[in-house]
Amino acid sequence: MLEAVVFYTLAAFILGFGVLVVTARNTVHSVLFLVANFLCVAVVFVMLAAEFLAIIQVLVYAGGIVVLYLFVVMLVNLKRPPEAPLDTRRQSRAGFVLAAVLLAELSAILVYTAGRPAPAPVPGPAVAAGTGNTEAVGMLLYTDYLVPFEVASMLLLVAMVGAIILARKDV
Amino acid sequence: MLPITPYHYLVLSAALFMIGVMGVMVRRNIIIIFMSIELMLNAVNINLAVFSQQLQNAAGQVFAIFVIAVAAAEAAVGLGIILAFYRNKETLNIDEINILKW
Amino acid sequence: MIETFVVPILKILVLLNAVLVSVTFMTLLERKIIAWVQVRLGPMRVGPHGVLQPIADAVKLLLKEDITPSRADKWVFTLAPIVSMVPALIAFAVIPFDREASFFGYRIPLYIADINVGLLYIVSITSIGIYGIILAGYASNSKFPLLAGLRASAQLVSYEIAVTMMLVSLVVNAGTLSMVGIVEAQLQQGVWYAFLQPVAFVVLFIGGLAETNRAPFDLPEAEQELTGGFHTEYSGMRFALFFLAEYANMIVVSAVATTLFLGGWLRPFPGVEALWLLDYVPGWLWFFLKTFAFIYIFMWIRATLPRYRYDQLMRLGWKVLIPLGIVNLVITATLKVLL
Repeated sequence: MLEAVVFYTLAAFILGFGVLVVTARNTVHSVLFLVANFLCVAVVFVMLAAEFLAIIQVLVYAGGIVVLYLFVVMLVNLKRPPEAPLDTRRQSRAGFVLAAVLLAELSAILVYTAGRPAPAPVPGPAVAAGTGNTEAVGMLLYTDYLVPFEVASMLLLVAMVGAIILARKDV
Repeated sequence: MLPITPYHYLVLSAALFMIGVMGVMVRRNIIIIFMSIELMLNAVNINLAVFSQQLQNAAGQVFAIFVIAVAAAEAAVGLGIILAFYRNKETLNIDEINILKW
Repeated sequence: MIETFVVPILKILVLLNAVLVSVTFMTLLERKIIAWVQVRLGPMRVGPHGVLQPIADAVKLLLKEDITPSRADKWVFTLAPIVSMVPALIAFAVIPFDREASFFGYRIPLYIADINVGLLYIVSITSIGIYGIILAGYASNSKFPLLAGLRASAQLVSYEIAVTMMLVSLVVNAGTLSMVGIVEAQLQQGVWYAFLQPVAFVVLFIGGLAETNRAPFDLPEAEQELTGGFHTEYSGMRFALFFLAEYANMIVVSAVATTLFLGGWLRPFPGVEALWLLDYVPGWLWFFLKTFAFIYIFMWIRATLPRYRYDQLMRLGWKVLIPLGIVNLVITATLKVLL
């Protein structure tokens, strides 16, 4: 009962903030609604017993990536003061059609699998009972998925170097 | 309606994905388009977390962490490109970012 | 019923009250300490030895006119002090003051929640607090606060990385992310982590100074720089909220440093049996003494050291503290595996 109340409230907030991100006039307001969206998604992760993922979502996504977006928006606002943007809708009809098609396809999948029995659990490498989510994720990350982990660190290094070079003024 | 099955979460993530797609199609400001892409990535993350809980395997959450890492890298480089472009052409309107057209 | 609802709400009420009252009196404490360092007396008029000065300050700030700049973004302008204050307060939810205490026959743990990612929770809450500064700078619709806000948040983001690296090497030693678990690990290993990881201790303290915009890293809010920094356009109670948030952040950093490095509620030399006399002092009293020592050191440093310039500040954060963090992590992990 409590879970249902929390879930529906969270779903309303997530979708509401999502719509506000996409439709806000002022870009800074859009970014703020995005932060609120991410924080609500982190609560959804906690509901799904993935608390490490929730904290990483808040720390990296809401506390790092969106701060970066906010910085860029303000640096862009510095040069040209914010005026009311003329944002005539581009390709809105195609957007609606595409969204409707995707929604139909996803609901078809959901209806199809609703009657089927649930898939069997596929347990990962054994972690001691009583340890939390962090240990389970860490165990997988460093044993089965070590190569993607190292590749992701290379990716972040390359992205860091690339971002510095791209955003540097040519002196 | 009351017991929250994984299907509820899947519908939520599908709806969030739709909102992201609409944002990319409809808005002209390139930063808003980037943020709609982030919304789509979040929808995918919710999906991965739901299945990770249903199948009792943490691999879904590991994948979601990789998605977050890749989104961070993409946001950094993408915003660097936007800044570099803005310095030259002073516009954030995606219809005007077309100097590579033949 | 009582355990799940009434006790946590009572704990939250008591904690919030304690934090807010101590934050207002910390303004007086700071003025007094800085005054004594500078061989003068500080506020002496209001109440005996100036003890009622915070009340006078609060009344003044409440009665001041609340000015909003004309073309400022009203919603964001109002939101910024709130976004600054709330993370400073909710970080107290995971700080353990003692293992257990008995009140009226109930044994209740003296922390609000012991989540098993408690340390990461505090780090993530700190990174949310950055928004208050950026939004304050933006919402003022004026060049100086905007630039000061961007500079301040760049400083916070840079030092957050160094602090997180040090916390990771601490977690390698402790083996758990929960705050209560880390204190228990210190009890088990019989040594405070300040002696096991001195580099992490010092760097965490320096990072804490930078994270809370305290001297010598208080460039974002110094009056001589950029005419007052990101809170130039704020007056009255909103201005007070920013400063209360800063002091609350200071208490959070001190409490976290106490829990992680000085053993939380443990007495000095927790394993040694010969000092059984010290066991009579309750755990939470040790916690308060250690936290107060850190707060005193914060204010002492403010009274003593000159301010860093912005490029020196960034150079210290990126080129000195982050490599130190990486080296510390590698050495800690190697020693943990070998020993």
